[in-house]
This record gives sequence, C-alpha cells and structure tokens, in this order.
Amino acid sequence: MIYLILILFLLVLIIGSAIYAVVQRDLLYAVIATGVISLVLTAVFYILQAPDVALTEAAIGVALTTIIFIITIRNTVRYESDNDKKNKIKKL
Amino acid sequence: MKKFLVLLILAVLGYYMYDALYGIGIGIPRFTDGVKDFYLDKTVSQLHVANTVTSIVVNFRGFDTLGEVTVLFLAVTALGSILYKKRHDVGTRSILFSSSSIVRSGSKLLFPAIVLLGAYVFIHGHLTPGGGFQGGTIIATGFLLMLLAYENFKVSHTVLSFVESFAGILFVVIGLFGFMNGGTFLQNFLPEGALNNLFSGGVIGIIYVMVGFKVATELTGLIYTILHEKD
Repeated sequence: MIYLILILFLLVLIIGSAIYAVVQRDLLYAVIATGVISLVLTAVFYILQAPDVALTEAAIGVALTTIIFIITIRNTVRYESDNDKKNKIKKL
Repeated sequence: MKKFLVLLILAVLGYYMYDALYGIGIGIPRFTDGVKDFYLDKTVSQLHVANTVTSIVVNFRGFDTLGEVTVLFLAVTALGSILYKKRHDVGTRSILFSSSSIVRSGSKLLFPAIVLLGAYVFIHGHLTPGGGFQGGTIIATGFLLMLLAYENFKVSHTVLSFVESFAGILFVVIGLFGFMNGGTFLQNFLPEGALNNLFSGGVIGIIYVMVGFKVATELTGLIYTILHEKD
C-alpha cells in the first residue's frame, strides 16, 4: 500500500514536471524539468524492481540528454518568443 | 489530395501490420510460458550467471545486442560525418566559457571515481545490475564533465577509433569462435565457472567489457564532436 502511494506521488511529480516543461517559456528551465522527469522515473524503475533500466535512465536521461539539450540552447536561443507561437497557429 | 494519399498509404500499411501481428498472439498467457521458464531455469543451472537480464541480453539474445551496437555505431558515424568539416578550425571555444577553479578541482577529483564506477558496472555486468551500455554511458559522462570543466582537455580521435574498432571486431570474433565446437554464432565456448564468481558465465563477461568500451568511446567521440563544433 505504501509503495502504491509512493509510486502515485512520483507519477504525479512526473506529469507535473512534463506540464511545466511544455508551458515554460524559458527553454533552459524546460530542459531542467525534463531532467527531473528522468530522475523521478529512475526512482520509479528502482521501486518496480528494474535496476538495469534505472541505471540506463540515470546515465542517459539525466546526464547525457540534458547536457546535449543545454549545449543546443547555448548554440541557439534561450527564450521562446511570442512570434513562434503565432506562426505555428497560422501554419496549422 | 496529398493528405488523402498519405492516409490511404497509412491505412494499407496499418492493415498489413495488423495482419502480421495478429497471428502472434501477444498477451495470451501461453505465449510467454515456455520461454520465461526456459530463461529463468537455464540462466542459473546451465550458465551459472546471477543476473538474468544480462544472460538474456548477451547470451540468449546476443545477436540482437550486436545489432543494437551496430545501430549506435551508425548513428554516431552519421552525426560525425555531418559535423566533421566544421571541427577542424577550432580556435576559441564558441559555446563554453572558462570555468572557475572550484569546478576544475571538483571535476578533477570526481573524474577517476566516475570512470571507476563505469568500469565496475560493466565488468560486473553478469553479477550486479547494469552492463556494457550503462557502464559505457557512465564513463562518457565522466569525460563530458572533464570536457566542460577544462577548455583545452583533448581526446585523441585516433585512440578512440582504434579502441572502438578493436572492441567491435573482438565482439564478432568471439561470436565466430562459437562455431568451433559445432555450435552457433555467439555460443559459449569457455568454462562456466561457479555461480556468483567474477569469472563465471563464459563469454558473457568478455562481451560486456567489449560493449562497454565500444559505447564509452562512441559517446565520448560524439560529445567531443558536438562540443568542438564551431559555426
């Protein structure tokens, strides 16, 4: 029972960070939020007795992917502007 | 018109996928019965390997692992071929700024520990959770830390490509050795040893060390190429 509550709490945390990553305009914060998703997912995998997958998720999801996204942001722009959203809606 | 065509092609493809996959019977209990018991039983009784996941990935499904390694290799090669031209004129770093002395000392202190953890994870792949892919990624993370902290930290591409090719060739050669006693590709030809020993499981340990080296060098080269790209 206690594990069920813990897993539910972690899943809510995952969904919350995912929504934050989509809504947030500052792309650096959004990337950190995706890193948090991977970190919490690692704990979920460990609780569900899949330590192999947890190790993979910790190494790739938390470290490598986040850093590669941050390098990309440093090469491009950090803030998502209003024009992008309007253009997207027009195209649709 | 174009959208309609795409939808039509998708519908035809979907029908054939459904037709092919319907016959397998995924989800029926009988589908997984025999294989699961076979794996769980043979891992301990025949191979003397403590980690069932490793024994499935490297021994029973070793050929799939070779395919996985090939996919990673092709992806890294494609990215390197896109970014290669730009990498030659690296004067000053465009994306990175020089880091403080605290970060430098800290990463110098952490780097051997991270590499040691990665080596532990892939050497003990058949005893504890983890394996070649995980250990290789951890080692690549250590190199990433050093590359971010030190501006002029150099990784030799010659050494990287040599280690990577050597590891890949040794994987295939060990697989071909399986034919020696009239067996199949990647069949075990070494003594199995006792359960929970470091030298147990025959070829599993050697193959996972090779996979670890291959993944570590590939990802390190990939990060180095991305970081030194200059526009």
